[in-house]
Amino acid sequence: MSPSLLELICPAGSLPALKAAVDHGADGVYLGLRDNTNARNFSGLNFDTKTLAEGIRHAHAKGVKVLMALNTFPQPATLARWHTAIDTAATSGVDAVILADPGLMAYAVKNHPGLRLHLSVQGSATSYEAIEFYRERFGIRRAVLPRVLSLAQVENVIAHTDVEIELFGFGGLCVMVEGRCLLSSYACGDSPNTFGACSPGHAVRWEQTPKGMETRLNGVLIDRYADHEKAGYPTLCKGRFAVGAETYYALEEPTSLNSMELLPEMARLGIAAIKIEGRQRSPAYVAQVTKVWRAAIDAVKKAPETFQPHPAWMAELNKVSEGSMHTLGAYYRPWK
Amino acid sequence: MNPPASILARLPALPRPALPSTFPPVLARVVDRLPSRPPSFAFAAAANGLAWRALRELDWSAARGKRFHARVRDLGLNLYFSVRADGFHAESSQRADVTFTASAADFARLALRLEDPDTLFFNRRLRIEGDTDLGLAVKNLLDAVELESIAAAMPAGLGQVIPHLRRLAA
Repeated sequence: MSPSLLELICPAGSLPALKAAVDHGADGVYLGLRDNTNARNFSGLNFDTKTLAEGIRHAHAKGVKVLMALNTFPQPATLARWHTAIDTAATSGVDAVILADPGLMAYAVKNHPGLRLHLSVQGSATSYEAIEFYRERFGIRRAVLPRVLSLAQVENVIAHTDVEIELFGFGGLCVMVEGRCLLSSYACGDSPNTFGACSPGHAVRWEQTPKGMETRLNGVLIDRYADHEKAGYPTLCKGRFAVGAETYYALEEPTSLNSMELLPEMARLGIAAIKIEGRQRSPAYVAQVTKVWRAAIDAVKKAPETFQPHPAWMAELNKVSEGSMHTLGAYYRPWK
Repeated sequence: MNPPASILARLPALPRPALPSTFPPVLARVVDRLPSRPPSFAFAAAANGLAWRALRELDWSAARGKRFHARVRDLGLNLYFSVRADGFHAESSQRADVTFTASAADFARLALRLEDPDTLFFNRRLRIEGDTDLGLAVKNLLDAVELESIAAAMPAGLGQVIPHLRRLAA
């Protein structure tokens, strides 16, 4: 049985965001360094060694864990950067690293045997066999599951492994072939798996035109919004495309995952941690979302049988959601 | 001396003054006809006086030689400026590398860390046009500064006003 239960793991793209998470009730924060060793490689975001040290100090002083995402896939010419990042994680005193690449896991086990390893969602492990493979070879202690399984399938995974299971609770959704998605490469030559971002800022252009606000990715028109339409992130998967006679969200609608109403079931299954997406977002978002999820998790731990998401919580979360709407994603599939 | 809490609790709740969500359109039409140089100059002077002490240590290399345009939609106000080694400078040219458009209240909420720019973007309350990466870099640069350190560096204890402003604009 997992010793952790419903830990609240919150995103930190900057030191103020980390402090917002810690001060509003996170049990853990996850962060990355200022380069393509993590999948939120945006200009000006993330941590250098100085802010990392201060962030760890602030979190640990309040008993909050710090997890470092090193969840992109190194390329031969730049492998040393990833190795250095693992060394930095180990020496700075983070509580775990979140890895996707088996080569990096091997490096971590060999050079930093005491370092706790989590399997990133970028590792795309959806079965207990895959998770057990990583546990047997590299001793991973926790796996973050891709957002493609129903809760019944998650239950089956948990029944067959002792590895802690972390689930996404809230935040932007994508086409969810994490670690294998090359969609943005078609428009801008960079994929999130190696560059660390789906739509790098340098490739994104928004322009107000008489027909509406146009979003272009490296010159390719991916969406056009009428004046009062809600907007989404400028990624190919959330673009509208002409298919036959219709122009619509052919791959995915801009929306956010919000699994709050499933918290009692997640507690029953023994989910170790709930992850909040959004390292690219500002401290204001981190504070708003952490506060709401802290209250919800406390409520479900106190009285799981009577738990109902408070309407004010849902309103607060909808307000900050991409597309300003939410879904239970794959978690709720009563027909299996 | 402060009144005891029990007295305060018995007082009727006073209406809380709030920032208007937008100013009347007629104001924008009037202001739009005014030259942009004086407001840009006033903005640069205010930003330098209030915040530059806390911001000057940041790595502004992404912003060097770039021109910014903040368009306050409901006021019809256009601010053109650049960031140099010694602070914010008003620009007279209306050419900009990146333009941010929002209402006065939303700019205030962003500055006070009450609202997330992505949230405003999703809701079409914030527009970024031009060099997106530059806009993103500056947004992340400012996000990485702690509000308390800006407040502490403000002259003559002005920083103490920030918590009150946050309550007012929330």
